[in-house]
Amino acid sequence: MTDLLLKIRGLKIEGRSDEIWNPIINGVDLDLRKGEVLGLIGESGAGKSTIGLAGMGFTRDGVRISGGSVEFDGIDLVNASAEVKRKLLGSRIAYVAQSAAASFNPAHKLIDQHTEAPVQHGVMSRAESAADAVELYRRLRLPNPEEIGFRYPHQVSGGQLQRAMTAMAMSCRPDLIIFDEPTTALDVTTQIEVLASIRDIVEQFDTAAIYITHDLAVVAQMADRIKVLLKGDEVEEAETREMLSHPKEDYTKSLWAVREFKRPQKPAVAAGATPVVSVRKVTAAYGKVKVLQNVSFDIHEGRTVAVVGESGSGKSTTARCITGLLPPLSGSIQFDGVEMPADYRKRSKDQLRQVQMIYQMADTALNPRKSIGEIIGRPVQFYMGLRGREKRRRVEQLLDEIELPADQYFDRLPSELSGGQKQRIGIARALAAEPRFIICDEVTSALDQLVAEGILKLLARLQDDLKLSYMFITHDLATVRSIADEVVVMKEGKVIEQGPKAEMFRPPHHAYTDLLLSSVPEMDPDWLSNLLKERGVDNIGDAAVDKMG
Amino acid sequence: MSQVLRIILQRIALGILTLFIVSIVIFTAVNMLPGDFAQAILGQGATPEAIESIRRDLGLDQPPIQRYFAWLAGAVQGDLGTSFAQANFSSFVGADSGGSDVTVATQIAPRFANTMFLAGVTACIAVPFSIMLGVLAALYRNSAFDRAANIFTLSSISSPEFFLAYVLILFLAVLNPVLPSLSNIYDGMEFGERLQKTLLPALTLTLVVTAHMMRMTRAAIINLLASPYIEMARLKGLSPLRVIVKHALPNALAPIINVVALNLAYLITGVVVVEVVFVYPGIGQLFVDGVKTRDIPLVQACCLIFAGAYILLNLTADILSILSNPRLRHPK
Repeated sequence: MTDLLLKIRGLKIEGRSDEIWNPIINGVDLDLRKGEVLGLIGESGAGKSTIGLAGMGFTRDGVRISGGSVEFDGIDLVNASAEVKRKLLGSRIAYVAQSAAASFNPAHKLIDQHTEAPVQHGVMSRAESAADAVELYRRLRLPNPEEIGFRYPHQVSGGQLQRAMTAMAMSCRPDLIIFDEPTTALDVTTQIEVLASIRDIVEQFDTAAIYITHDLAVVAQMADRIKVLLKGDEVEEAETREMLSHPKEDYTKSLWAVREFKRPQKPAVAAGATPVVSVRKVTAAYGKVKVLQNVSFDIHEGRTVAVVGESGSGKSTTARCITGLLPPLSGSIQFDGVEMPADYRKRSKDQLRQVQMIYQMADTALNPRKSIGEIIGRPVQFYMGLRGREKRRRVEQLLDEIELPADQYFDRLPSELSGGQKQRIGIARALAAEPRFIICDEVTSALDQLVAEGILKLLARLQDDLKLSYMFITHDLATVRSIADEVVVMKEGKVIEQGPKAEMFRPPHHAYTDLLLSSVPEMDPDWLSNLLKERGVDNIGDAAVDKMG
Repeated sequence: MSQVLRIILQRIALGILTLFIVSIVIFTAVNMLPGDFAQAILGQGATPEAIESIRRDLGLDQPPIQRYFAWLAGAVQGDLGTSFAQANFSSFVGADSGGSDVTVATQIAPRFANTMFLAGVTACIAVPFSIMLGVLAALYRNSAFDRAANIFTLSSISSPEFFLAYVLILFLAVLNPVLPSLSNIYDGMEFGERLQKTLLPALTLTLVVTAHMMRMTRAAIINLLASPYIEMARLKGLSPLRVIVKHALPNALAPIINVVALNLAYLITGVVVVEVVFVYPGIGQLFVDGVKTRDIPLVQACCLIFAGAYILLNLTADILSILSNPRLRHPK
């Protein structure tokens, strides 16, 4: 036990809301040896990030450590002075945040942010650190390692930023790095590159790491050991392989089971049936940049068409064309066989009513100052013309439909709801217009698996009850597997492949579809290594490692 | 850069358009003042003929639209007209006295220079002082220092300007005579002496404008402290001061610049009370005198200068806040 790096005992953490301190973490133990990677998993609110940050002796505003001990290499971080902790942070313990785009300061170049910690901690001079940054960028397989550091964060893509942030965390060669959901915001193909880079570099420098995520398959690739958390308590902890093959607790088993949800295959659409929505040869552009080229597909009654592709492939733009927010340059949108005006301002109220949207970020899509009753009541009044008691009854009916008790939720504000509940309100608001077609834009990607599954089941039930048609925009192929009837694969504004789900998941695929499919992490801990071997991406040259030390 | 350039050119064009619209408003407003110069100068007992003759002399008998365009054409060429109060009336003198009229421009120029000097001295003290105070208040937020700074700046902005002026005179000129209480500066004065005489009104004005700028700096910074990149900076083990100055402040510049511009504009246009207290020969007093005597060209010129200063400062603020955004400075 001499090589124990981080030792947490009986950690208790409280968060303040309305002047009352509520427990967040109720006594968690954690051991991390030098060079070891520990995976922390659980749904949001389980306290993963809070524990990760506490491992750095850090708590966010409104949060306090109320009991227990955190020892890093023999230093008591709970009682250490701010000065002592500051010396450790950045130099011996580093942090990689969930959203690199938000965690890099928009006002400074990457290299200036990279060299800041080494220079401030007196580890290296600016020039040394800048040269080292280039080397780290190269090892993390960033394109143009010599030049990329001189860009501002907004000039670099999300996946590259995430690797640049990992490089920044490595800048002082820390003993411990906390990775807080570093690939959650990335799409599958980018995620692989980042995962592989992180794993390699952690191995090369023998850095210990806490890897926080809600994605089991991801943690399976990264961690030596896995600890499962639920609402601030430890559920169980075991070696990765052991945990995957023999989960002991029911909760862990239920996490494993989420990936199994699948809808039965529906019978084929009758030949000659008129699709509810038909996208016909749509080409669209933002200014001079063409973002959609000749996109065509049909969505039939009671069916779900999943539109998949990496970010920037034109999925959301297609949705904007269908809703009339972005009139296409050429091509048309037909509803029930009738062409709709390209601009939403020229559509009739009934045409507008038929096409509704549910958004990715329920947080920003709901007006924070309106109560739930008002948010759902607005489309009820606008489209259906109901007022007073009738309106209230309809809203209550809708709340019932989305499985939230009306008497408890009618007067609440969005901020008093959890992420999953907010997304349900988004669904109720779309349903209020009594549409036949709903566009679901990444509606589950901000949610945990268990909550996401609840939303998917709800959407499936509503589809059966109300004969709704869905266009389901997503980059998560697990979601596609569970809910789609047909799949449209998009890349760079074009439809690469489309067809019934069963066919799409059966080889042979288009090369790009294959890349997407094979990039979805699997629960096998050897999956990433095997995949990289298959793709011919070798682990980074060992010669370079000797040089750097 | 071309995108930035286009935005800047757009703003400048908008500024010119605004100035044009303001010139119409000024002209209309000034012409709606009750009574006119002829009546004001000749008093109650004036004969209608005398009033009529002066009006004709000054061109007041022309239709307003014609007068407006004559004025506008002159103003565009830098000729702001001749002050009524300084004019020689040919109908009284009998002959053209030949070019001895004092133009509005020559009347305003020294006064305006004085005002700019006062505004400049104030800005040099107030802007760094308030931003520093704002940064420190954000750094030690909710501490005794933060509260004291807030109470001090808020009570100074809430007190009438003349009251602040007299308090400063009491402490800095009467009880401890370190500064002169009268700011009667004149042309050709030594810079040092001029500065010394300007210091008391400048300090008074500093007290007036500090609260706004300091509180905006504090609020803009605190607003950013919850953002992920600030947390990142703290997790890199940087000192709290460095986190704020290096990581928060550059991203908080846009709102701060705007408030600074607004306050600088106030320093040019709204300081007549302070000028009166310290007998400072600035443009504000000239303007008030002009209104009293219905000296239309003078009043219009002052208004136009005030409007121009406002527009110019806001334009500068707009452009600077655009430039403070790295997304615009360095497009993809």
